[in-house]
Amino acid sequence: MADSSVNQSMAAAGSGTRRTTSGFQWGKWLLVAFVFGYLALVLLIPALNVFAQAIKGGLPGLIETFTSQFFLNAVKLTAIATAITVPLNTVFGLCAALALANKNFPGRSLLISIIDLPFSISPVVAGLMLVLLFGNRGWFGPLLDAGGIKIIFALPGIVMATIFVTMPFIAREVLPALEEAGTQQEEAAATLGASPWQTFWRVTLPSIKWSLLYGLILCNARAMGEFGAVAVVSGNIVGKTQTLPLFIEEAHVQYNTQGAYTAALLLACLAVVTLVLKYLLERNAGIPHRGH
Amino acid sequence: MTSSQPSSSQGWWHPILHASWPWRVTWLYLTLFLFLPIAALILKAVTLDPAEIWRIATDPVALSTYNVTFVTALAAGVINGFAGLIIAWVLVRYEFPGQRFLDAIIDLPFALPTAVAGLTLSTIYSTNGWLGGFLEPFGIRISFTRLGVLVAMIFISLPFVVRTVQPVLQDLEAEAEEAAWSMGASRWQTFRRVILPPLMPAVLTGVAMGFSRAVGEYGSVVIIAGNIPFQDLIAPVLIIQRLEQFDYAGATVIGTVLLLISLAVLLVINLIQARGRRFYG
Repeated sequence: MADSSVNQSMAAAGSGTRRTTSGFQWGKWLLVAFVFGYLALVLLIPALNVFAQAIKGGLPGLIETFTSQFFLNAVKLTAIATAITVPLNTVFGLCAALALANKNFPGRSLLISIIDLPFSISPVVAGLMLVLLFGNRGWFGPLLDAGGIKIIFALPGIVMATIFVTMPFIAREVLPALEEAGTQQEEAAATLGASPWQTFWRVTLPSIKWSLLYGLILCNARAMGEFGAVAVVSGNIVGKTQTLPLFIEEAHVQYNTQGAYTAALLLACLAVVTLVLKYLLERNAGIPHRGH
Repeated sequence: MTSSQPSSSQGWWHPILHASWPWRVTWLYLTLFLFLPIAALILKAVTLDPAEIWRIATDPVALSTYNVTFVTALAAGVINGFAGLIIAWVLVRYEFPGQRFLDAIIDLPFALPTAVAGLTLSTIYSTNGWLGGFLEPFGIRISFTRLGVLVAMIFISLPFVVRTVQPVLQDLEAEAEEAAWSMGASRWQTFRRVILPPLMPAVLTGVAMGFSRAVGEYGSVVIIAGNIPFQDLIAPVLIIQRLEQFDYAGATVIGTVLLLISLAVLLVINLIQARGRRFYG
């Protein structure tokens, strides 16, 4: 969004000649009205509905869910899984970006495509893969059984599923930032006698911090909200392996509308915070819009 | 790692032993969390008898889920192709109150967990919901039908076309347009002949990305749909149902079909982008 002012002035310059010809621009306002209508039906009304439904039961309704043990366990599990996933993906994302940035070797673009692969694979298929690996009839099933280790229907499976679906977020933000920063400053630091660690902390990291933060925000939002992959591996054991999104589905299926919407409210607030931070970073740190 | 002199005495393990730390971590992580799971699926699929694979993959219920998944995802992708082009156009070319807000909210489907999306869409599009109530008298039901699947898929694939078209539209030179305009081309002619061609690769990329995302979607669809075979059951839900019945072969075959389709779409996206670069680079 850094260039929003540029494109606005561009649009103004581009249209200056023809806009003087007509008074009221029917075409423009018709299109603007269409966009408002479409986004209202698909995004705005559904989003507002979350808040409306959650507060419909009043404070007692909210408190009832917020103090229920199953809800608190779901919040805790989601928080733990995210707290493990995001740092691991950060280390991976930084390493992958450092290994790939400003280098040229055969297969480089293939490797970038491979890192992006999890975004193309259905989360349910990702979960299935983990079941085939670690489930009791999977490759490592007998081995894990013998060792008494549980991965599927337990926290490690939930974490691995979340890692799989959020793997590319940080690498794909940091890589372009590293390429843009170039290698001159790092080389200078190395020439002046800085160790690789010092160079990383003092030179490399400061130059990519906003991109890293942007990737972290997106990774965090997806990790907290992941549903499909986690649904396959968690077993959805109430109070034990039920994350917040799974809690929402269960509450909905059991006609506990208040419970479902209270949990949804929490995740919707996360989405609002994510969008605001994303918007601020795009405007103030000049990070280009990025999907997913 | 690059400064070490290669010599004939070094074996194949040399690059691995002397790789930099970022390289080692990258490969270790990819192997553990990406290659190993993919290998598990593919190797499980190839151990099955080909006749058995064919029987499972073309089972009537499986065929109906492909129909619901792929046709509905394509419809959602195309609808968002048109809508996304208009949204990108309005956001880039016009100024109006609330513009920044709309621009920011486009990414909501990326930020809002799919379970929340499915929940709220199923409520407002149900027969007694805010929007579903208006359609009920006309005999149109959305929640718990295939239309519900379509609505959920439209929601989750909405940002892709907008976000692929926006930067291209911003970089588009206004000169060609003005030239066409001043030479007497109509608004529609200018749009079709001058503006649309350079945008097409971005639109198609966005549609393919949205399609790919919609095909794999589980969370929002499972909540808004009735999940009834031959009506609104999608392939990812069928995989989970097969797993719940401990039918690992069934889940594996359908999972492999989905994986292959995803890879094919990825290839198409890369081809579109390569062509786009060649023509409009």
